[in-house]
Amino acid sequence: MNWVNAVVQGLLLGGLFALFACGLSLLFGVVGVINLAHGDFAVLGAYVAVLLLPSTATNALWALLFVPPLFGFFGYLLQRTLLQRSLEISPLTTLLVTFGLSVVVQNGLLEAFSADSHSFNVGSLVTSSFKVDEQLQVSYLRLGVLLVAIAVLSVLSLFLARSRTGIQIRAVADDREAAQMSGVNTRHIVGVAAAIAFATVALAGLAYGMTAQFAPYSGSALLLFAFEAVVIGGIGSLWGTLGGGLILGLAQSIGFQIDPSLGVLAGHLVFLGVLAFRPTGLVPARAAA
Amino acid sequence: MTAPTGASTGYRVRRLRRSALWTALPSAGVVALLAYVPYVLERKVTDTLVDFFILLVLATTWNMLAGFAGLVSVGQQAYIGVGAYAVLVLAQQGVNPFAAIPLAALVCAAVSLPVSWLVFRLRGGYFAIGTWVVAEVFALLVIRFESLGGGTGANLPGLDGFDAVLLGAMTYWAALSVAVLTLLGAYLLLRSRTGLALTAVRDNELAARSVGVRVPRAKRMVYLAAAAGAGAAGAVLVITQLNVQPGNVFSVKWSAYMVFVVLIGGVGSLEGPILGAIVFFVLQRALADYGAWYLIVLGAVAVVMAVWVRRGLWGLLERFDVRVFPTGFWLQAPGGDVARPPRDDPPPAPRH
Repeated sequence: MNWVNAVVQGLLLGGLFALFACGLSLLFGVVGVINLAHGDFAVLGAYVAVLLLPSTATNALWALLFVPPLFGFFGYLLQRTLLQRSLEISPLTTLLVTFGLSVVVQNGLLEAFSADSHSFNVGSLVTSSFKVDEQLQVSYLRLGVLLVAIAVLSVLSLFLARSRTGIQIRAVADDREAAQMSGVNTRHIVGVAAAIAFATVALAGLAYGMTAQFAPYSGSALLLFAFEAVVIGGIGSLWGTLGGGLILGLAQSIGFQIDPSLGVLAGHLVFLGVLAFRPTGLVPARAAA
Repeated sequence: MTAPTGASTGYRVRRLRRSALWTALPSAGVVALLAYVPYVLERKVTDTLVDFFILLVLATTWNMLAGFAGLVSVGQQAYIGVGAYAVLVLAQQGVNPFAAIPLAALVCAAVSLPVSWLVFRLRGGYFAIGTWVVAEVFALLVIRFESLGGGTGANLPGLDGFDAVLLGAMTYWAALSVAVLTLLGAYLLLRSRTGLALTAVRDNELAARSVGVRVPRAKRMVYLAAAAGAGAAGAVLVITQLNVQPGNVFSVKWSAYMVFVVLIGGVGSLEGPILGAIVFFVLQRALADYGAWYLIVLGAVAVVMAVWVRRGLWGLLERFDVRVFPTGFWLQAPGGDVARPPRDDPPPAPRH
C-alpha cells in the first residue's frame, strides 16, 4: 500500500509548514503582531529571488544567501515604522494594517509578474531522491526542507535561551515595561525579533518556491497553513509549532491519499477538531507567553 | 452618564434631539427617492446600485463586528457563500428566489451559532484567521456536492419567466430593502440595551465586564446578526448575477472590501460605513480600467487611514457635530444648556 508513502510525504510537507509557522509564531509571541500578510511576504520573497537572480537558469539555491538577510532588514524597518506605530494604537489596528498590506502585496505582484505561476530552477535537486523500497521514494529537496525547519527551530530556541539578545527578546515578550525599566532598548529588540521572523518567512518562501509552483495569490493558503500549524501545536510554543506542522502535513497527505480533492480540507478539519477538543494545542504554552 | 437625573436636580438625559428628527425625515425621503429610481433610470444604473447596496450591507455588518464587538473577522465570506447557496438550494426546490432572501439570512444565523462556539475560542488575530479557515472549509465542502454544480457553480433557476426590466427592478428593490433593513436593524440594535452594552465593550471591554455587561452574550448576538446580514447580501448577489460561483461567493476579497470600506469611512459609527461605501465604490469605478491597481490603491489608503486617520472620513466630519443616526446620549443641564456627548475616541486597548 501507499500509506507508508503518504505518511512519509506528509511529514516532509509538515517540515515546510513548520518553517512557515515559525515566523508567524515568533512575530506574535514577541511583537504581538498577527501578520495577515505572512503568506504574501513569503511569496514576495520568492518573487524577489526571481527578480534578483541573474537569469532563470541560475540555481535558485543562491537566493538563500541574499533574500533572507534582505527580508530581515525589511522586517526591521517595517516593524520600526508602520507596525510599531499601529501597535501603539491597538492590536486590532495591526491586524487591519497587515491585512491591507496583504492585499497590496498580492495585487502588486499580480501587476508586476502577471497571474502566471513561477517555479525555481534548482538543477538536478528537483528530481533526485533516494529509494527506500519500491513504494517509497524520498526527495532530497523535501528532506532538506524538513531538516532546515528543524535546524531553524533549534538555532532559534538556542538563540532565545542563551544569547544576550535572545534573553532580551524573551524579556520583552514577557513584560515590555519591565524589560524597558531594566534598560532594554525594547523598540530595537522588537525590531530584531521582527527581522528574524521576516528572514524565516523569506526562507520559507524560497523553500516553497523550490518544491512547488507559486503565483501572486499563493500567499493566502500559506498563511492559513502556517496559522493552523501554530494553533495545532499550541500558541506560543516553538517546538509545538514543529509538531503542529507535521500533524497538518500528515493530515493533508493522508486526506490526499484517500481522495485527491480532500487534501486541504482534511488539514482544515483536523485544525477545527483540535480547536474544538484541545484548544490549547499539543504543547500548552507557559502562562506568560 | 452618571449624572443624577430627575426633577430634583433639573438635569435630564435625552437621546432623540430635534436634529435627529430633521435627519430622520430626509433619510426617509432618500429611501423613497431611491425606491423610485427604477421608474426613471435604466437597468445599468440600478444594477450598479445593487452592487453598491450589497457593499453597504456587508460593510455595515462588518462594522458592527469590528467596530462595536471588537471581533475582527476576515471570514464573513463564509456567510455570503452560505446565503448564496441557500437561495440556490431553495430555488431548486421551487421556492421563489426573492422569498428565499430572508430564509437565507435565517440559515446563516443558524449556521453561525455553532461556528461561534468554535471561533470564539480564538482571540484577536487568531479569531480573524480562524474565521477565514471556516470560510475555506465551507467552500471546500460545498464544491463536493454535484447537485450544487461542484467547483464551477450553478445557474439560479426560478427566474426565467420574468421580464428583464421587471426582474432588474425587483432585484433593485430587494437589494434596497435589505440595505434599509440592515441599517435600521443596526441602528435599533445600537439604541437597545444590547447596543449600550456593545458601546461599552467598544470603549473598554474590561470596564464593561466589570460593571456587569455580559460581554460574550453581546458579542455572540452581533456575530449572529452579522452572519444574517452577510447571508442576505449573498442572497441578493446570486439573484443579481443569476448564478453561483463558489470561487466568487467564498472569496476573501469580500473581506478586503468590508475592511477597506469601514476603515475609509470610519470604524464604530453607523454613518462611517455609508460614507466609506460611497468613496470605495466611486474609487473602484474610477480605477476600473487599471486592473488590480484599484485594490493596491484602496489597500494603501486603508492602511494610511487605519494608522493616521483612525476615525475615518466620518471622524473628520464629526468634528462639525454632524450625526445622521444619533445613538449617543445628551445631558441637559437645568439652564437648558446641552452638554455634547464626548467625542468617543476608543482608548488604546491594553497591550499584553
